[in-house]
Amino acid sequence: MTADLSIRNATKVFGAFRALDDVSLDIAAGEFIVLLGPSGCGKTTLLSILGGFIEPTSGMISIGGRDMTHVSPAKRPTTTMFQDYALFPHMCLRDNVGFGLRMRGMGKAERFEKAFSYLDLVGLKASSAKKPHELSGGQRQRVALARALAVDPDVLLLDEPLGALDLKLRRQMQDELKAIQKRVGTTFVHVTHDQEEAMAIADRIVVMNKGRIEDVGTPASIYMRPRSLFSAGFMGEANFLPARVLGASGGEVEVETALGRVVLPASAFTSGHPVAGRAVTLCIRPEHFRSANADAPTVSLGRGRITGSAFFGTHHRCHVSADGTTLTAHLPQTDSPEVGAELDLRLKADSIVVLEDGAGV
Amino acid sequence: MRHLSTALAALYAGLIYLFIFLPVVVLVLFSFQDGSLPVPPLNGLTLRWYEAIFADGKLMAALGNSLLVAVISSAVACVLGFLAAYAFARYTLPASGLLRGLIVAPMTVSTLIIGLGLLSMLNISGLRLSLVTVGIGHVVINLPLCFAIIYASMGGHQVNIERAARDLGAKDWQVMLLVTAPMLLPSILAAFFLSVTFSWDEFIVAFLLSRFDVTLPVEIWSMLRSGLDPKTNAIGSIVFLISVAFLVVMEFTVFRKTGKSS
Repeated sequence: MTADLSIRNATKVFGAFRALDDVSLDIAAGEFIVLLGPSGCGKTTLLSILGGFIEPTSGMISIGGRDMTHVSPAKRPTTTMFQDYALFPHMCLRDNVGFGLRMRGMGKAERFEKAFSYLDLVGLKASSAKKPHELSGGQRQRVALARALAVDPDVLLLDEPLGALDLKLRRQMQDELKAIQKRVGTTFVHVTHDQEEAMAIADRIVVMNKGRIEDVGTPASIYMRPRSLFSAGFMGEANFLPARVLGASGGEVEVETALGRVVLPASAFTSGHPVAGRAVTLCIRPEHFRSANADAPTVSLGRGRITGSAFFGTHHRCHVSADGTTLTAHLPQTDSPEVGAELDLRLKADSIVVLEDGAGV
Repeated sequence: MRHLSTALAALYAGLIYLFIFLPVVVLVLFSFQDGSLPVPPLNGLTLRWYEAIFADGKLMAALGNSLLVAVISSAVACVLGFLAAYAFARYTLPASGLLRGLIVAPMTVSTLIIGLGLLSMLNISGLRLSLVTVGIGHVVINLPLCFAIIYASMGGHQVNIERAARDLGAKDWQVMLLVTAPMLLPSILAAFFLSVTFSWDEFIVAFLLSRFDVTLPVEIWSMLRSGLDPKTNAIGSIVFLISVAFLVVMEFTVFRKTGKSS
């Protein structure tokens, strides 16, 4: 089963701390949503409010069109997959997965059959008689997923479920989570602070900071067209170049930076309209300094000198100094950048994003 | 020098064990005395005193009473102790520290005071002295112990597991019965068996709060009033044997279990 979810002006205050500050968000049925942000950004608070473990100070939560703001976790069409898995240590896997069904009064035979089918879904049917302590971290994680899905929730809430796994296993579990989500069709709301994980699994990413939503969109739009400085900086690497708007005319905007004047399309302004005289920040991804020979219109930031370089497999990461400003550039792996060499700082005009200082959504 | 200190340490340890166990060894040894006085010299070995106590209806009834009171009062103390520990560990209660202190406070009060207090209270309430009142007394004595043992084993890591159970639709009583209690089973069993051994040889409260049906320590005491007799040694040995049996059972069920799961 699956259902849409709506959060209206949710606020949660702990003493003097606003953990969640007037958050509104709509999630479609069957969507895989990732709440992304640093620790203390309010993502876990929001998840706990969706699960019913804490009540919002104000605001409203509805699931499938029904108001759930003050409904207990047991009566919500949600289940939560906890960071520490929270498996029942004294029960075998079959009983762990069947627990929710037992609480719903399902008979033994039917319950076991369903538990087996969900253990099968996560590839652990053969271990159904084992206890949780006999399993590896990744296997426990799968049991927790099977247990949460076995009761047919409309919405599955995942609280940093991959946080305790090592990197390789985490990547593998991301793919599995995504595949299982597509198969069961349940709405997934997943919390993480790992932006790569977010991009790997999300249909849409919700970037959060200081209790507020900074940005919402597909992984590509969040990365390519961020709408806040925080969002741009949190999702991957970015160069921030302070600038001032000189004037706008006919869909083009001229801005003044420390590296000279550049003319950008008005669409580069993702958070508001260009206003002459206003201080803004140019956001440039390091891998965009590769367009010297592109057909599309380009912008030049002059020339820089490479002051340091390291090979990262997929690219060379170079520090470039230009007129006292230090930039980071990712050059193709086939290049052989040398320290001291000059670099033409040219990039496609539409790859630059201009953000207003202090801009949010 | 090294050898000397090792030898002295061994001698010291030996003396300590002798000091603790010599009375029990003497008691058990003279329960086999072939004669009517349980004092040296040892005249020979016989089992007739054991035969005598097993033939003694009053003594056997007292032994049965003791087991009954020990098991039932310990079970009640464990249930009450568990519920109290659950409340203190999972909810924020007003004056929680003070209330927790008050629950364990009876451990520091002498059983004589508790017995006398219960006696005057029972007089006022009009409840007649019986095995039930002895049981109530033992619950009062053992509840603090059960609470303290179970409370100590309730940690934060179980909170999420209980949350998960609630999230999957379990009601509060189902969470406690199906998740919390089984997780805490080692400490609940430890509390139960310790409580049983305390109740098993508790004398003062049992003496003050019983009348016609008495527990074994009270019956032994009334035997002692008619003078020393190898029969008392024999029943004393039985009491000791059963206490040891409880401890062995506890060792195997509780401590083995915790060793495995941790």
